[in-house]
Amino acid sequence: MSEVLIKIDNILKKYDDNVVLDGLSLDIHEGEVVVVVGPSGCGKSTLLRCINALEPIQGGMITFRGEKIDGRSKTITALRQKIGMVFQSYELFPHKTILDNIILAPMKVQKRSRADARKEAEELLDRVGLLDKKDSFPRQLSGGQKQRVAIVRALCMHPDVLLFDEVTAALDPEMVREVLDVILSLAKQWKTMVIVTHEMSFARAVADRIIFIDQGKIVEEGTPSEFFDHPKTERAQAFLQTFTFDKVEKEA
Amino acid sequence: MNWEVIQSYLPLYEKAALLTLKIGWLGIAFSIILGFVCAIIRHYKIPVLHRIVGIYIELFRNTPLLIQLFFLYFGLPKIGIAIDAEFCGVLGLALLGGAYMAESFRSGLESIEPIQTESALSLGMSRTQTIWHVILPQAISSSVPAFVANIVFLLKETSVFSAISLMDLMFTAKDLIGLYSKTIECLAMLVIFYLIILLPVSIVGSIVEKKLRFAGFGE
Repeated sequence: MSEVLIKIDNILKKYDDNVVLDGLSLDIHEGEVVVVVGPSGCGKSTLLRCINALEPIQGGMITFRGEKIDGRSKTITALRQKIGMVFQSYELFPHKTILDNIILAPMKVQKRSRADARKEAEELLDRVGLLDKKDSFPRQLSGGQKQRVAIVRALCMHPDVLLFDEVTAALDPEMVREVLDVILSLAKQWKTMVIVTHEMSFARAVADRIIFIDQGKIVEEGTPSEFFDHPKTERAQAFLQTFTFDKVEKEA
Repeated sequence: MNWEVIQSYLPLYEKAALLTLKIGWLGIAFSIILGFVCAIIRHYKIPVLHRIVGIYIELFRNTPLLIQLFFLYFGLPKIGIAIDAEFCGVLGLALLGGAYMAESFRSGLESIEPIQTESALSLGMSRTQTIWHVILPQAISSSVPAFVANIVFLLKETSVFSAISLMDLMFTAKDLIGLYSKTIECLAMLVIFYLIILLPVSIVGSIVEKKLRFAGFGE
């Protein structure tokens, strides 16, 4: 198997006395697409936020290519450039145009020239079909369009891994597809990704490995076909059951 | 209403209006700077300083400007710091305004969701870059209405400067009334001069407000 990119080693995350992640360990390899699923409040979004140190952890360690991820360290901004993140609520900067949203960090953080950043931003926007929106403001775009811009914005920093935090959860069903197609095309290019989602058929299509979390622990992991077709644990079986419906038998 | 009287008083009023404007705008300029700094200290809870700033804000928002000016103008010389009346006016206005501006700007900062900061941090931006490029522009544009209201309020407050014998509009009007008893003319001119100063501020303010809120964010 390829090199380990992110090593999550026995991490503990709690808010006061409320334990959210409880001794969780996970290796993410280069080029791998890991999809994290689980019931609401199981800690899957928190896990993503710990990976780029938006949340401090109270125990254990997360390393990126062997380097410790710590929100208070001097190297954190350098590490975060390598770890792109896309949020459920897009979080574009409302006061900047689409183009300026994308090139802000490449220019300010990576000190790239405006022309260079702009050229790449336009190429990426073109690839997701939004080049004509480059001078618009975020509020003029639909949810699906905003989310595609958010993905482009993350990509423009040339991250080694992308974290997707329920990126389609706030979208209308018809817009879900356009966003997921972008992620699928990234998977084809061997991008390393960690994806938290409730879209099970998408998870099955995109994942190399499924991680099922409940109550802050990994309950089950495996390939998509192992997990979806033959879940081993009762907890996973019960979880997957919630996505299938039996035909209603009307009472006589 | 005697037009000759008005004409003969006009130069005095103009001079007084210039003084009001000078002290007013200097005081407001400093109050904005002070307000920004205090708001950032409060919002980001910078240790120790944020307590001091908290006390300052409550103290100056909850006491009248007149009393603050008395302390500065009559109190400071007693402990050996003598300052002239104009400087005292600017300082008083800056301190009072700073407290109001700080609160307005802080509510602007608080209106920005914390996840905007996270979004900027996740792109590898430093805290300072995040504040400068992402948070401040949004916070400023959402506090513009409150800023304009504060500016109008502060310019009006300059009318108490007459109490520390600054020859502003109010002082001039009171003085002339005392000397020549042309009360109607003097008061009418006073109102008109304040309107000349304040109306443009309100009008420009509401234009800026519209521009920032809509054009800037793309509507």
